[in-house]
Order: sequence, then C-alpha cells, then structure tokens
Amino acid sequence: MLIREFELKAKEVFRSGRMPGFIHVYIGEEAVATGVCGQLRKDDYVASTHRGHGHALAKGISARDAMAELMGVVTGCSGGRGGTMHLYDPTVGFLGSNGVVPPGILIATGAGLSAKLKDGDQVAVAFFGDGGSNNGAFHEGLNMAATWDIPVIFVCENNMYATEMPFAKATKNTNVASRATAYGIPGIQIDGNNVLEVYEKTGEAVARARRGEGPTLIECLTYRWFGHHEGDPGVAYRTKEEIAAWKARDPIQKLHDDAIAAKLASEQDFKQIDVDIKGELEDAAEFALSSPLEKDETALDHVYFNPAAD
Amino acid sequence: MSETTTLISSASETPSRQAERIITYAQAGVEGVREEMRRNPDIFYIGQGIGPRGGNFQQSRGLWEEFGEERVRDTPIAERAQAGMGVGAALAGSHPIIDIVFLDFTLEAMGEIVQQASTIHYISNGRYKVPMLLRAAGGGVRSTGPHHSHTFWSFFAHIPGLKVAVPSAPADVKGLIKTALRDENPVIFIEHKGLYNTKGHVPEEEYLIPFGEARIARIGEHVTLVTLGMMVQRSLDAAAKLTESGISVEVIDLRTLVPLDKETIFASVAKTGRLAIVDEAYASCGVSAEVAALVAGEALDELDAPILRICTRPTPHTFSPSTDAYLVPSVDRIVSEVADLVGKKI
Repeated sequence: MLIREFELKAKEVFRSGRMPGFIHVYIGEEAVATGVCGQLRKDDYVASTHRGHGHALAKGISARDAMAELMGVVTGCSGGRGGTMHLYDPTVGFLGSNGVVPPGILIATGAGLSAKLKDGDQVAVAFFGDGGSNNGAFHEGLNMAATWDIPVIFVCENNMYATEMPFAKATKNTNVASRATAYGIPGIQIDGNNVLEVYEKTGEAVARARRGEGPTLIECLTYRWFGHHEGDPGVAYRTKEEIAAWKARDPIQKLHDDAIAAKLASEQDFKQIDVDIKGELEDAAEFALSSPLEKDETALDHVYFNPAAD
Repeated sequence: MSETTTLISSASETPSRQAERIITYAQAGVEGVREEMRRNPDIFYIGQGIGPRGGNFQQSRGLWEEFGEERVRDTPIAERAQAGMGVGAALAGSHPIIDIVFLDFTLEAMGEIVQQASTIHYISNGRYKVPMLLRAAGGGVRSTGPHHSHTFWSFFAHIPGLKVAVPSAPADVKGLIKTALRDENPVIFIEHKGLYNTKGHVPEEEYLIPFGEARIARIGEHVTLVTLGMMVQRSLDAAAKLTESGISVEVIDLRTLVPLDKETIFASVAKTGRLAIVDEAYASCGVSAEVAALVAGEALDELDAPILRICTRPTPHTFSPSTDAYLVPSVDRIVSEVADLVGKKI
C-alpha cells in the first residue's frame, strides 16, 4: 500500500512539472516487491530495475529518501545524483536500481558470490522483467549462479510487455520459469498479484539459498496498470479490455479482501493504514520539495574513492 | 599503505640494484597478486584458465595451488558475467580480480565496466565503493591477429571513475598491481602479451608503485619521447640508435594513464623542447592525442617543434606477418621520424 501511494504521489508531482527526468511507476505490481522483500533481512541484497521504487521501499528505503531522490535533491538516498532509476542504500543492502535491467542479474549474482566466499548466509535477489529474460546477461548470470551454487534468487516480473514489445512477439518460449531447467536449477511460475503466494514461494527459495543449495528462478505473473513510463499512455500496444481485466485483479484489493475474510484484519485497520501512509507520503513530498539541489562546488566529488578526502 | 612498504616513486629513481633478482614480467605479476591475496582475504580471482592452468600467459601461475578453488576460480566463457559479478562482489565488500585474459574480450563486458563499475561511487553519492581489478593483456605480437591484438586503453582512460595502468617492466607490474589491489576504485590493469616473457630486476622486498608517476626510462636532451607498454623497449632501442646521429632522446614510460603524470612530461619538454609520442594504439582520439593536447594546452611555450605522434596505422589488426613492421611502430620508423623531428623548427 505504501508503494501504491508512493507511486501515485510521484505521478502527481511529476505531472505538476516539478520532477526532473522520467519515472516508471510500479502500480499494479506491488505484490511482487512486497512479497519478495518481506522474506529478506536487512543484510540481504537486492538489485533492482528502472521500475524500482517498489523494490526500494519494500527493502527499507524510506519514502522520504526515495521521494527526495526522485526530485534530484541532495537529501535523496543517492544525493540526487541517481534519480528515479538509480536509488542506492547500503544500509539496507539495496545494491542499486539500474537504468539498464540485465546488469542487475549479474550484480546480484556477484553479491551472492561475495557472501558465500565470506562464509556469510546472506542471499541476493535480482529483479528483472520479461524483457530482461531474453538478454545475454540472463543466460550468463543464471549459468554462473547455478554452476557455483550462488545464493541468489532471480525474480522475473513478467508483466507481458518490455516497454512496448509484447513478450509473445519477443520470444518463442514465453514460460520464463521453464528456462530454469536449462541451467539445472528450480524454476516456478506464480501469481505475482497474490502477495501471500509470492511471500511463501520466496521463503522457500531463500531457505534453499541460505542452506547453500543455490539459486532459484521465480517468475511472477503480473501487470502494470500504466504505460512504460509516465507520459506513455500504454494503450497503443495494449487493449483497454486487457488493462481492465488486470485492474480487476488488484493485488492490494485481493490482500484486503482475503485478510478481512480470514478475519486477520478489519476494515478499520485498513482505513488506519491508509491514513498513516497518506500522511507519510504528504510528509515525504513536502520534504523532497523543500530540500536543496546539489551545488556546483560538490559536483566533482566522489568520482574516485579517495581515503584521504572521503 | 603498509608501515614496512617502500615506495618506489618519482621518475628518476630505479629499483634497488643491490641484489639483482631477475624474473619475468609474468612472474612479477603473480608475485604482486600473491602478496596482496595473502594480505587481504577479501581478494578473490576469477577468469578463464587462471586456475590449474595458471593462466594463458602464466599470469596466475601457482595461485590456485596456494589459495584453492574457492578463491581462484576458472569461469565459463562469459566475460560480461565475470565483469558484472565483479561489480556486485565489490559492492558487497569483496575485492575481486577479474581476469579477462585478452583486452579484446573486455568489449564483451563494456556495459558492466562503463555503465556500472565506473559510475556507482559517483551516482550513489559516495555510499558505495567498487574495489575491483580488471586485468587483461593487450597488444599484438607475432600475428596474434584481428581479434587478439587490441590496444584500446584509451577507451578506459576516457571514462571518469576508472583508473588505468599499462606497465612495461616486470618491476612495474609488481609494484603497480599491488597498489591497484589496495585501491578501492575500479582499476583496469592492462599488461602486454608480448612482454610476459621479458625479464627484469624485481625487488623481493615489499614495495608499491603509486599510480600517476611516470618513469624516466632513459635520460636525454633533445627530444622527449612519451610511450607505454611494448613500445617502451622499442623506443629505447630507437634511442640507442639515434645517439649515433648525435640525437639524445629522453624516454618516458607513462606506466599509468589514469592518473596521468603530466608534470614529468612537462618538465621533460621544458628541457628538450620537442615532444614525440609512441603508442601502439591508433592515433585517432588516443593516448597520444591526449598527451599532445595536454602539452599544447599547458606547456605550449616550451615547444620548439610540432608534436610528433608515432602510432599504429589505422587498419584492423592483421594476421599477415609481413606488414606488421609497416603498420605497427617499428624501431626504424621511430628512428627515422624522430630524426626528422629534430631537423624541424617552428
């Protein structure tokens, strides 16, 4: 829900013309980030994508730090230098969202290798989409991770479109999970809009990885409600019927309905959460909009790490 | 830097000759890596053939035996994954050595090197470091041919966030690779495949060579000749011949491209008034262009003659054993062109 409200607030600020660059909102896919990151410790690693606000918030970056980063101000988690697609936070193992998707697969795999070599039990998660699954880095990364039993979980957020390219036109075998067998690792395809299923299946993969049994590929079937980026209506290449059908499978609505039916939460609980989160986002937006931009004097800092200076 | 470390710095010092210990360029690199791997348990080494085989050029010989198959791992043919995983491991606190073996194959990994490794410290506003050594052998020798002879060190020198070393002498390989492995930035360490079997004195004691310090390989009066890699020896051979015509050439071995030692170059040009750059890479937009621009921009009044660039002629690298001497700067070409330079005045 935090993710949903964050993205709605981000869209609002973007449309008001006060946000630089482009944004790629995660609305519709919230269950994947929430369910996956819900199984991760603070010291586990995540490598994310251009559509990474959801991953960042789910991993533990505050709404304030993230919104400020989207605004390119110095109080952002990357000091305003990364923006929407380059959120970084080592305090929560967030290895970075990325303007290029496939490298995240390799970065997460490398982090997993590091953890293994240091005899740690951290795991790494690489998020990518259906588009990323056709890239060379997917092949090289999964092969390396499998061969060396690296503790990494590959999470494919299959929302059926890579920018404007329908997945069925980009590949012959549209079952991403089935590709796992090529590398000798387990692969499963799950309902990416069912947060409890995502949570449960991720838990199994995390346990496997922590036991030293290597990687897992989890394909989460999901959908983005909006276009590829803010400004793309997303209807030139998708039908209104398709969009409506997926909106009817809103992951947040499902959680709400399931929780109430199972008497795990009340309507009042959800209303309160909603109020709290909206308040959090108002605060985050205000914080971001009132923070300063980077000055020229520091623009040359941190090109290199210099132990004397840093 | 270690308490017991000797810094061999400044262009005019040469390594201690007290007890000459002659080993090869390859052995010197192994020694440097071995010492740093003993010192820092977070360093690990991956690449094709670098394990039991000891590396295509014997550049990792003995490391697998000493450090084991966890820390020294042969990889499949997947340079992009090697480099990308190197970035990830570095972000997580390891210090990986990624041995791409042939400089040419770094092209498979350019996205990971340029878009990821070089940028993350800056765009994370200093929150992450990328301590990673990317090692590869460049240059051509005896028909290594179109896909195994590349010299594009300038590609890496062009990118902010990367450091670049191009050592020519065994003592420099050891000292520079040790420095590289204590540097928490991404370092591109480009050896020369034609130099692995060359020999030189390499001190046995602990020493580091800082980046950004060129070495005056030969002192001279009439021409400053700036060079790197395999061209250093060719330049020295050319300089020896040129003394017969009374031309005294000062040969400067750059050793590192980023950081680049401008001051040694400027001081030399102030003395000689003439600059020649010999680079096995192409002239266009290369290191020779960079050095020329620096001198023209910041030391113009020291020059008494046009700047001379002697580079590989602009063709893809050929297999043909006969045209190598024409295309790649030869001793004769260096001699002839430097002699012409000395005959010219502005």
